[in-house]
Amino acid sequence: MELAFKISTAMKDVPTHYCPGCTHGVVHRMVAEVLEELNIRERTVGVAPVGCAVLIYNYLNNDFMEAPHGRAPALATGAKRARPDLILYTYQGDGDLASIGFNEIFHAANRGEKITVIFINNGIYGMTGGQMAPTTLPEQVTTTSPDGRDVSQTGFPVAVSEALATQATPGFIVRCSVHDGLHQIQTKKLIRRAFQNQVDNRCFSLVEILSTCPTNWGLTPQQSLEHIRDNTLQHYKLGILKSPEEV
Amino acid sequence: MTKVLMKGNEALGEAAIRANCRNYFAYPITPQTEIAEYMVRRLPEVGGHFVQAESELGAVNMVYGAAAVGERVFTSSSSPGVALMSEAISYLAGSQLPAVLINIVRGGPGLGGILPAQSDYFMATKAGGHGDFRLLVLAPAGVQEAADLVMDAFDLADKYRNPVMIIGDGMIGQMMEPVEFREYNTPEGIDRSYANTGAKDRPPTIVKSLFLDPQQLENNNLELLAKYRLMEQHEIRFEEYAVTDKMDVLVVSYGMMARICKTAIDELNQEGHRVGIVRPITLFPFPSSAIYKAAARARKVIAIEMSTGQMVEDVRLAVRGRRAVQFYGRTGGIVPTPAEIRQQLLKLIK
Amino acid sequence: MPRVLIRQERCKGCELCIYACPQHVLAISENINEKGYFFAEVADQPRCIGCRLCAVTCPDQVIQIGLNGVMVHYYDY
Repeated sequence: MELAFKISTAMKDVPTHYCPGCTHGVVHRMVAEVLEELNIRERTVGVAPVGCAVLIYNYLNNDFMEAPHGRAPALATGAKRARPDLILYTYQGDGDLASIGFNEIFHAANRGEKITVIFINNGIYGMTGGQMAPTTLPEQVTTTSPDGRDVSQTGFPVAVSEALATQATPGFIVRCSVHDGLHQIQTKKLIRRAFQNQVDNRCFSLVEILSTCPTNWGLTPQQSLEHIRDNTLQHYKLGILKSPEEV
Repeated sequence: MTKVLMKGNEALGEAAIRANCRNYFAYPITPQTEIAEYMVRRLPEVGGHFVQAESELGAVNMVYGAAAVGERVFTSSSSPGVALMSEAISYLAGSQLPAVLINIVRGGPGLGGILPAQSDYFMATKAGGHGDFRLLVLAPAGVQEAADLVMDAFDLADKYRNPVMIIGDGMIGQMMEPVEFREYNTPEGIDRSYANTGAKDRPPTIVKSLFLDPQQLENNNLELLAKYRLMEQHEIRFEEYAVTDKMDVLVVSYGMMARICKTAIDELNQEGHRVGIVRPITLFPFPSSAIYKAAARARKVIAIEMSTGQMVEDVRLAVRGRRAVQFYGRTGGIVPTPAEIRQQLLKLIK
Repeated sequence: MPRVLIRQERCKGCELCIYACPQHVLAISENINEKGYFFAEVADQPRCIGCRLCAVTCPDQVIQIGLNGVMVHYYDY
């Protein structure tokens, strides 16, 4: 039978360790599909983060290096400068990218490194068991904000993409979401553009993806998607924040 | 080849280029910033790549990235900067990647000062980062040796797939000396099968130091240990100077401090005393056996360092109680004069 | 006619596909797979319009869409 939707060959055919309903799996698959569609898997190197997605190299079928917490953009910089013919992408969560690794991502973006960054923002530290992240929503309960995030003490959710987009260096910086079919389809398209930019040797590209953590949010997978729609989107506006076409 | 007069920092950079290294990432810090200033001009001439990183963390992780794609790469910094790099240094060792790190040491702790010191011996040989690993550590005692050791460092890093550190005090970076760069050819048959070069016609390579299974992690540590044992067998380097039977004093000292000691030793020996020196060139692996043997031929043993006493601990271990090991050191950026060393040695001789 | 093909042994029972399906083709089985999850299964295949949204939303590469003959592409993916 012909397949109208099939498993990407850039994906290893193994089960993931992710919790049921975790959207890491959705984004992993989209990245794999893009690598296959653009026919770049064989010259692509991924940089794994610290966090739940550290084991991404067990699932995607391309070369991988594993970064210290938050440093993935620096590794990608070194690798891309040394081997400009390779396609370099980092896959980072919000604790990794927005907290401990903010300096690395900020300067990689500002230098206009020709790399692709997949930024998973689910507003919580998943791997360590649900602590507050810089991206946690106001009043959101986590294990280190048990009464809800108090913005008077811990600040408001960090808007990384907006911060990067305000710099003069050209880049492709977008925020999207995987909370329903429409947005999932858009997300895939934006991931493809982010990689196409690198294939064309064009600019730094970052795709921030609003994602879920059902286990640590204490919600079912479907409730988690609805939580993005009803709450997260109030704090994080979707859209293309910066695009090389504008410059 | 002709001799050229060069500042130590520039010679370090030039030697790296001649060792066919084309990637350098760094963050400015005194007293080694001239390396970056030299490389930013020199690397483009040979098709190389330099990025002034956002921090030492950025710099050393760029090194990690370039090493992971199988390219020769190095960085340089000074004490507080190297401390900041210790995170990725541990990752480099854990993922078994070759890289060269240069530490032009300044006084500490904390921000310390900018004058020469040897107070990073512990950091280089024992506490380069978390976990069970070692750096191969080379300590030159002049600009010529520094240039030679940089070339060796790249080969050693590739041979053992382990980071190699060149440790020199601020003097080596700042002083000018004649230097002759030897002919260099990259060794043939370097195995780059670990590298991330794109999974074309082969399974993907994974450069990692995460082993959640304790048995796998122990195995990785045992692989590292086996490499360190091999280094101890094959890579120990030291210099013996005026080591004779029945010495009054044996000095153990490294780097520029050893050179100052030699001046004092020459004077004393001309006056009829018998003083010798063992100068470790590899701080890890440490020349314990040479020191043990030389100590047996001396009445007294002293370690002299620009610190309050770091290498002396390894000297004591090497001597294994056969002699009491004395110590003399100045620190904080104070460089002892030959006269000062002579006075200390005379006290021991009497 | 499109067909939803489910690799039941891979399913973690997160139910996202069930909510994603506009035609209510899918349901959770009363049986469990080897991992101990109540897996997704096809309850009403003839209603399927081949929109692929179940496969797009699946985090575990459980779902493929088979195709016999011509299928309407509702969107580019």
